[in-house]
Amino acid sequence: MHDFVSNFWPWYIFVLVVASFVGMFWLLIWLRGATVAPGEKAETMGHVWDENLEELNNPLPTWWANLFYITLFFGIGYLALYPALGLWKGALGWTQTGQWEKEMKDAENRYGPLYEKYRSTELSALVADKDAARIGQRLFATYCTNCHGSDGGGGPGFPNLRDKDWLYGGKPEDIVASIANGRRGTMPGWAAALGEPGVQQVSEYVLSLSGRKVDQNAALAGKEKFQQICAACHGAEGKGNPALGAPNLTDSVWLYGGTQTAVMKTIREGRQGVMPAHGELLGEAKVRLLAAYVYSLSQEQQTK
Amino acid sequence: MTDESRAGSGGGPGSPPGPPDSSTKVPSLVEAQAAAIAEARRLREQRAQTPAAATPPTPAPPRARVPTLVEADAVHESLLARHHKVYPRLVTGVFANLRVAFVALTLGLYYILPWFNWGTGRQAFLIDLPGRKFEFFAWTFWPQDLIYLTAILILAALALFFFTTILGRVWCGFTCPQTVWTEVFLWIERQIDGDRMKQIKLAQGPWTATKLGKRFAKHTVWILFSLWTGFTFVGFFTPIRELAVAAVRFDFSAWEAFWVFFYGFATYGNAGWLREQVCIYMCPYARFQGVMFDRNTLIISYNDQRGEPRGSRSRKSDPRAQQLGHCIDCTLCVQVCPTGIDIRQGQQYQCIACAACVDVCDSVMEKMKYPKGLIGYTTLNTLEGRPEKLLRPRVLLYAGLLTSITLALVVSVLLRVPLGLDIIRDRGSLYRDTADGRIENVYTLKVLNMDHVAHEYRLLARGIDDIEVAMDTKAISIGAAEVREVAVRLQVNPAALTQRSTKIVLRLEALDDPSLVVEEGTRFLGPF
Repeated sequence: MHDFVSNFWPWYIFVLVVASFVGMFWLLIWLRGATVAPGEKAETMGHVWDENLEELNNPLPTWWANLFYITLFFGIGYLALYPALGLWKGALGWTQTGQWEKEMKDAENRYGPLYEKYRSTELSALVADKDAARIGQRLFATYCTNCHGSDGGGGPGFPNLRDKDWLYGGKPEDIVASIANGRRGTMPGWAAALGEPGVQQVSEYVLSLSGRKVDQNAALAGKEKFQQICAACHGAEGKGNPALGAPNLTDSVWLYGGTQTAVMKTIREGRQGVMPAHGELLGEAKVRLLAAYVYSLSQEQQTK
Repeated sequence: MTDESRAGSGGGPGSPPGPPDSSTKVPSLVEAQAAAIAEARRLREQRAQTPAAATPPTPAPPRARVPTLVEADAVHESLLARHHKVYPRLVTGVFANLRVAFVALTLGLYYILPWFNWGTGRQAFLIDLPGRKFEFFAWTFWPQDLIYLTAILILAALALFFFTTILGRVWCGFTCPQTVWTEVFLWIERQIDGDRMKQIKLAQGPWTATKLGKRFAKHTVWILFSLWTGFTFVGFFTPIRELAVAAVRFDFSAWEAFWVFFYGFATYGNAGWLREQVCIYMCPYARFQGVMFDRNTLIISYNDQRGEPRGSRSRKSDPRAQQLGHCIDCTLCVQVCPTGIDIRQGQQYQCIACAACVDVCDSVMEKMKYPKGLIGYTTLNTLEGRPEKLLRPRVLLYAGLLTSITLALVVSVLLRVPLGLDIIRDRGSLYRDTADGRIENVYTLKVLNMDHVAHEYRLLARGIDDIEVAMDTKAISIGAAEVREVAVRLQVNPAALTQRSTKIVLRLEALDDPSLVVEEGTRFLGPF
């Protein structure tokens, strides 16, 4: 009711509801007034089917009329108890938000203890725990698959969680931090500083780091520029820096695509990667369960 | 029980009832019947006093007809008609025995079936709503098997059409739950109150201690039986043995308690109080069966050509000499009728074809040494002297449909594979490039192991050259009656792709059982 911008609508509803109630009471009492004396035949409505099937105007049976009365009184009680009549908030003080909060609290009471034991479990123990892994898988399917894929394999712009390459460190504790606090990976665009030929040269060098065949001259020129500009974050050898989330450029894992076009676009325009913080949404226990599951994904891949 | 406005009308025992002028005063059914019986007795005594040989056979005086429930109500012709309680008289005979057999069969099945187990601790018949499973002896059906339920419902409807077309309302008279439970309630009532006349006397009599005691006893037994019925009903939905333990401890869950009492109350109300009113006023089937009837459908009918003019007579006298038909107007057919009608007025929608009147009339005909079947199962064609025909087009059509759908159902249940596979494509990305230059699509498989034992499954894909399944484990292992979601990656060589979207087929097969195979189609997306 409070969502209406104009005060007209609550009154509109109030008048409609009250008028309907009064109208229905009147209709019912009016209809109950008609009686047919014993032995007297009710008047017909003038419709005849199959030679002798007539439609009669009989009064409502008492039990039926009583059902209507009961319904109407139920309706009045409902209107008094619940917020259904314009601006009236209802004697029970019921609200949708209130019910939602109550149900959330009920769920918390019910599932809270289940998660509580995982909050204090060592991460290494969580990784080994089969039940924890099942819960983790479900949580992952709910909260993570939209970006990281249902197998955790990622996609363009969303890191693959199954490989051994980690932007912010691959220890379970690091993963907990990534999930709980989120991450913000910022690669500035260098088009102004490098110019288009510079971008191309740097891209040749970057691709050569992972052993790709490139134009050696351009790569040499690019190396110089790389040391000036890129090494600050990606390191002199291009191995990256987990503290900053700067990717390792030597392992042929490409977050935004490994074609030269894609790499040039990255250098030219920069990239903004955001992993939202989930700590508040999920709570510590779920974050730890998820971290253990994500960690186990990369472990499976390595042992295979 | 008696309507104030009708009390005192009609004429009490001893005084001859007036002509059936139903436009002025109409006696209630019970009064009219009692009067008719008294009148019959008076006439019989009168005749017994006068030597039969001495008096020449004279036509019997015209007799007051017993108005039926319908007629008695016809005056008011409105929905406000008062209800006249029907006290069906106990009847024995072929059809009564048949009904007892059907009551035993259907109720026996109902009360005993949930107690059977199939396998250790697994109820043979259990509709597990929270678990979304239907346990049925060797089978477990899942929501995915809804098609079988559809087939069963279609079969039920067709069977109803088929049997109604041939046999008329046998469903109503012999197997309908309303009839079956009412029959049990009537039996209980007779054990406590006695038969019809005693019941009427008790109902009309004052509230003495005996009456109070009998009423208390009757309702107590009814309610206990109803509660047992409600308990059994819930036992089809929650394991009945656990429910029995809960019942002993008064420890039902809210829903269990609701359904036990609701179904118990419905049984008590329908079979104890409403009875024939359910058939007459509430049941839709009663009303639309008429359209399934034809002139060859079996109906209960009174052969009025043979029976009329009706009238009481001595057993030894020759009816023809008295210008009487075979109906001795004993009104037993009216007294046994559970819906309170007079079958001698012809076909009526209230008739549930229970054949009680057939049984009782046959017993009278036997005593009178007349041929049986004055009231009997006949067809309109027979009544009118035309030949009967069993195999009509609609019978053949129903029979054909029934047979083919039954066969299809049985075959498909026998060939059913207790394994389900649903494929959900990942929505986050259309496809991925892998580090080694292949194109990868990700799917979530929902695998339903609908079997009673755990299985290991292998996943195969086809539809694109050298398509490869990449999974974390070699086999998918799923526990008994478990559903699991498994993430699967399919990889192909980009050179093998000829279009943006290619149809592929995933095949899941159990490693230990070659009959457990399921295939499902999906699409593989690539750059194009």
